[in-house]
Amino acid sequence: MPADSSGASTVKRHPLDVRVAHWVAAVSFILLGLSGLGLFTPGLFFLTALFGGGETARWLHPWLGLALALSYLVLFIRFIGSCLWAQEDTTWMSHLSDAMSGREEKLPEIGKFNPGQKLYFWGMALLIVVLLVTGVVIWQAYFSTLTTIETQRMAVLIHSIAAVLAILGFIVHIHMVTWEPGTLRAMINGTVTGGWAWKHHRKWLRQVTGTKH
Amino acid sequence: MASRAMNVVRTSATSTANAQVTFHDEVVKLIDVSKCIGCKACQTACLEWNDQVLDIGEFTGSYQVPSDLTPSMFTLMRFNEWENPKTGELEWLIRKDGCMHCADPGCLAACPAPGAIVQYDNGIVDFVAENCIGCGYCVKGCPFNIPRISAEPAKAHKCTLCSDRVAVGEGPACAKACPTEAIVFGTKPDMLKHAAGRLTDLKSRGFDNAGLYNPDGVSGTHVMYVLPHADQPELYSDLPRDPRISPWVRTWKGATKTYTSLAAMAVFVVGAFVHHVGTGANRVSSEDEEKGRRVIEGRD
Repeated sequence: MPADSSGASTVKRHPLDVRVAHWVAAVSFILLGLSGLGLFTPGLFFLTALFGGGETARWLHPWLGLALALSYLVLFIRFIGSCLWAQEDTTWMSHLSDAMSGREEKLPEIGKFNPGQKLYFWGMALLIVVLLVTGVVIWQAYFSTLTTIETQRMAVLIHSIAAVLAILGFIVHIHMVTWEPGTLRAMINGTVTGGWAWKHHRKWLRQVTGTKH
Repeated sequence: MASRAMNVVRTSATSTANAQVTFHDEVVKLIDVSKCIGCKACQTACLEWNDQVLDIGEFTGSYQVPSDLTPSMFTLMRFNEWENPKTGELEWLIRKDGCMHCADPGCLAACPAPGAIVQYDNGIVDFVAENCIGCGYCVKGCPFNIPRISAEPAKAHKCTLCSDRVAVGEGPACAKACPTEAIVFGTKPDMLKHAAGRLTDLKSRGFDNAGLYNPDGVSGTHVMYVLPHADQPELYSDLPRDPRISPWVRTWKGATKTYTSLAAMAVFVVGAFVHHVGTGANRVSSEDEEKGRRVIEGRD
């Protein structure tokens, strides 16, 4: 039986390609957020200095956007099967306050991803599509003549709103990782402890170990 | 660098209010469409003064050359051949297009880069290349489709109203070159007076709808047109009837969007912190580990 240095049993959770795609997405998201917020409002323009100034932030941002879109595409393909809505998810959602209080004994056994994670997965997928499409429309260097200026005006507003929503989701995502210790390692060495899987994703643990309830 | 000869009254992406002290009279460039003969001396003078060179273009079947404003062509005579249904006569409507130097400039409202767009106390709106990041937001802000972004380096360009000439007491190069005085330049009261005289003349000659184009939607402009058919500004190569900063741009650059967004982010961060501290981390117990181990070992 596999075990980690503390002696806890371990379960494989994320293979290498998923982890690489996740961290490419994470790094590009953070850089996109910083450069994007720099152009979002004059009060945050100073953030562009992190990239060497407004001009660099301006040209780098769309390329980072492509990196995010491509890396998220990998995650999308690898995760979609585990992110379809299951019957127990509805029950789980109706006990959201228990979930948020850590009273998991009151929740149904959950698969690889819980409904909150699934909503984040689908929400981010939708927002990234919106950001990609509107981002291309306002990519001045290459696509400024592709659409009318009026379309670009709408696109830039939608782009900024979608970005804010994505950042809000991202804040929750980071929060959940710190709130549930033992989660981050799934994206670092790819494993979680048996106890973590038992506590948070018991149905998945039974599936991967081939045991029945 | 922004001119020091004129007082800056507004600066892009800068919340600190500039001293609203004005030392200079507002200036206006008045373009009398009825006197324009289409010679393009203004375009040539503009290229000459601004030290710009046009790429060789393509003939598109019009006198309009180049076919659109470019990063080096800050002004363009737009040609429209129109058959007046009332008189049955062909009218050649030529409008010298370029920055209107709005009192309420959409470009400046949209610009994210501090100091890249300034408005001087005499009304001139100027782009400051060293602060421009080439994002093209000014293009979205402008209700007249004026700014053009150069490729390398990526910078926004438009008519400066010859701010460098005006700063030293000269008129714009285009006005100086115009052989028919279709373009005149001076203080706003003088130009309004001059325009009134021109309108009296035009009306006496049967142009009942002649008028001055100085649209309120952008709080007036510092480039104005005398139009023989002011009731139909669209005739002049789609001169907008009621130009204003687009509501999309207003919302995008508005305080509501900015503060709602930043407040939401702050609420989420604080909420996450309170949640973590309030409920404590959702830790895995040794009991959980034991149960997990049993499942993995197939004993449960």
